[in-house]
Amino acid sequence: MNLEFTAEENAFRDEVRSFIENNYPQNIERAAVQDDMTPEDMTAWHKILGEKNWSVPAWPEQYGGTGWTPTQRYIWSEENARVNAVMPLPFGVAMVGPVIYTFGNEEQKAKHLPGIKSGNVWWCQGYSEPGAGSDLASLKTTAVRDGDDYILNGQKTWTTLAQHADWGFFLCRTDPDAPKPQQGISFILVDMNTPGIEVRPIKLIDGGYEVNEVWLTDVRVPAENLIGEENKGWTYAKFLLAHERSGIAGVARSKRGVEQLKDIAKHEMLDGEPLIQDMGFATKISQLEIDLAALEITELRTLAGEQAGKGPGPESSLLKVKGTEIQQRLTELTLEAVGHYGTPDFRSFPADGSNDFPIGPDYAHSAAPTYFNMRKTSIYGGSNEIQRNIITKMVLGL
Amino acid sequence: MDFNFSDEQNMVRDGISRLVREQYDWDTRRGIIASDAGWSPEFWAQLAELGMLAAPFSEEDGGFGGGAVETMLIMEEFGKGLVVEPFIPSVVCAGGFLKHAGTAAQKEEYLSAIIAGEKVFAFAYAEPQGRYDLANLTTTAKKDGEGYTLNGQKAVVIGAPWASHFVVTARTSGGQADQNGVSVFIIAKDAAGVSLRDYATVDGRRASEVYFENVSVSADALIGELDNGLPLIETVVDEATVAVCAEATGAMQVTHAMTLEYAKQRKQFGVPISTFQVLQHRMVDMFMEYEQSISMSYLATIKLDEGEAERKHAVSSAKVRVGQSARFVGQSAVQTHGGMGVTDETAVGSYFKRLSIIEGEFGSVDHHMRRHIKLTAAA
Repeated sequence: MNLEFTAEENAFRDEVRSFIENNYPQNIERAAVQDDMTPEDMTAWHKILGEKNWSVPAWPEQYGGTGWTPTQRYIWSEENARVNAVMPLPFGVAMVGPVIYTFGNEEQKAKHLPGIKSGNVWWCQGYSEPGAGSDLASLKTTAVRDGDDYILNGQKTWTTLAQHADWGFFLCRTDPDAPKPQQGISFILVDMNTPGIEVRPIKLIDGGYEVNEVWLTDVRVPAENLIGEENKGWTYAKFLLAHERSGIAGVARSKRGVEQLKDIAKHEMLDGEPLIQDMGFATKISQLEIDLAALEITELRTLAGEQAGKGPGPESSLLKVKGTEIQQRLTELTLEAVGHYGTPDFRSFPADGSNDFPIGPDYAHSAAPTYFNMRKTSIYGGSNEIQRNIITKMVLGL
Repeated sequence: MDFNFSDEQNMVRDGISRLVREQYDWDTRRGIIASDAGWSPEFWAQLAELGMLAAPFSEEDGGFGGGAVETMLIMEEFGKGLVVEPFIPSVVCAGGFLKHAGTAAQKEEYLSAIIAGEKVFAFAYAEPQGRYDLANLTTTAKKDGEGYTLNGQKAVVIGAPWASHFVVTARTSGGQADQNGVSVFIIAKDAAGVSLRDYATVDGRRASEVYFENVSVSADALIGELDNGLPLIETVVDEATVAVCAEATGAMQVTHAMTLEYAKQRKQFGVPISTFQVLQHRMVDMFMEYEQSISMSYLATIKLDEGEAERKHAVSSAKVRVGQSARFVGQSAVQTHGGMGVTDETAVGSYFKRLSIIEGEFGSVDHHMRRHIKLTAAA
């Protein structure tokens, strides 16, 4: 038992670190919320990695994967977190991509996988509906076969960054009479430029526009866009959700967040001393660091299991729950730490930069919006309550 | 990076696991702790015979070349069976002092006897006024010719009634809580001037208040350097802390399993209470807590051989996480068992009590949190 990286793994770390240093676009930093970045900013690193053949490390090599071990992928994500890199969005790379190469036909693979890998095609996820959140299988959007096409009608919601999307993957009901709701659902790829699709951005509590409502009215989609078999979509959807959860712990990024929090707590003053020296606040930081250390080792244990050939199991639900709890606590403490200057709404500052002196420290501007925004993490990807239901079933055997 | 155990380590784990399962069920344990002696010298002899007391020592010290991982594996199984026998005081603590700082003669006299199970040690370090500060000592050892004379009182010395010898920390110079001036001695229980008040502990063990009144020892009773014993004591106590963390992970796993089993059996409102989501989620939280504790037990075990700062940081991180988990798992188990959880008739109460005491053993959550904060500030 040891936590050492091998010489090969350390050499790999050096290689990716120097690649990142030499190639990461200098001007692109992760903003407080994603919509403060342009679509070009959000895909810039993805496109560079696509050229390098490093954009889809976890994929099988025949589709463009790197063949890295789980440990190498872990190193890769750590090194990217070091520079706060804006990583490829998950909707193509981590979600629909694996569904297509696992369940899609050769034409679908040839048509879609290269665009996902290169970052040239933007994907969005049409899962949730106003009446179907945690109870996803109760979704009502219909796809009715009409000759060589499906006709889609319904409404999707919480569709992240759909305002920029070229393509979407949609769960639709194809058999309303199936004995169980899970049995009548199909997984269909949709060109977002098809007539009948309307995308309406939803303003979130952080003031940003990250998610959308997507209205589908008589949207005609070629039947060849069906993934796998009709009415088997739930199987593919579940497969995708399991993929989505791995890596969701966000350990490397949270480690960076803790360092930023400590920096803030060194600058903020309490009774003439840096806030970090206050026993009450220092205790909260230490608790966060300790919980994060535990999560990191749990993730490494899971990786080691994966390396030994075990697939992602209920551990991925544990990683999701604990990882998001930590991400949220980090943003809570950051808002606490900045004090008064968590209050001004930086979006109300004149856009022309006419404030010739800054209002409060820069690090304070994003504290509240980020805290507000990160409430999403325990809700998306299967809420943390749903994750507990999964563990109930898979670990407790109930 | 590797979380696998070697073949030898797996043999240790399998051996101790079988022994605890076959010979230390809850009813047997009840008999042992209710007996006059309060422990099972026969079980201890079997541990010695199987080589378990030798597991964490190098071959030149008479062991099997193991270390902290072996201790972790043994203590996890001890935790599953709530074994009361003094592996931590005798093997981890006294054995640890001898391993790190014993002279050849001391090892010859004591370590081989510890490994053989012939001598049993207790670790007399705590004092009524000292809380978790290992240097806050009113027990004194004064130079007296070639040897030393000890006076003072040690608090809650676990396993003292079973012990033949003590490792004792004492002040040899300086003020009451100075970092310097602390030394470590080996004292036979039957030495003139040693007296004990024995009692049972709430978690099924035995302990004593130990008094030293003009106890004379020779110069070779000193382990390690005169006046500079604190770093050695900290090293050994960190090792013991990690051992008790491993014990907690074992106890938590069993506590969780018996809670789940109970919830499946117990019916209310016409259905098993395991069908209630509020209880399901609490049991999921118990699972996540002990998994996180296992991770920290691994981390701290691996870091025991690193430099002082890194070691202390990992050990305190682990003890905070494990202490918090132990409280949550223990309390949740009792709550889920309802009235049965607060009777002395079911095992869950015994697990809860042991987990509750582990929380404070070798430093509470608050103590280790403070140490973590200080180490972080110093880094």
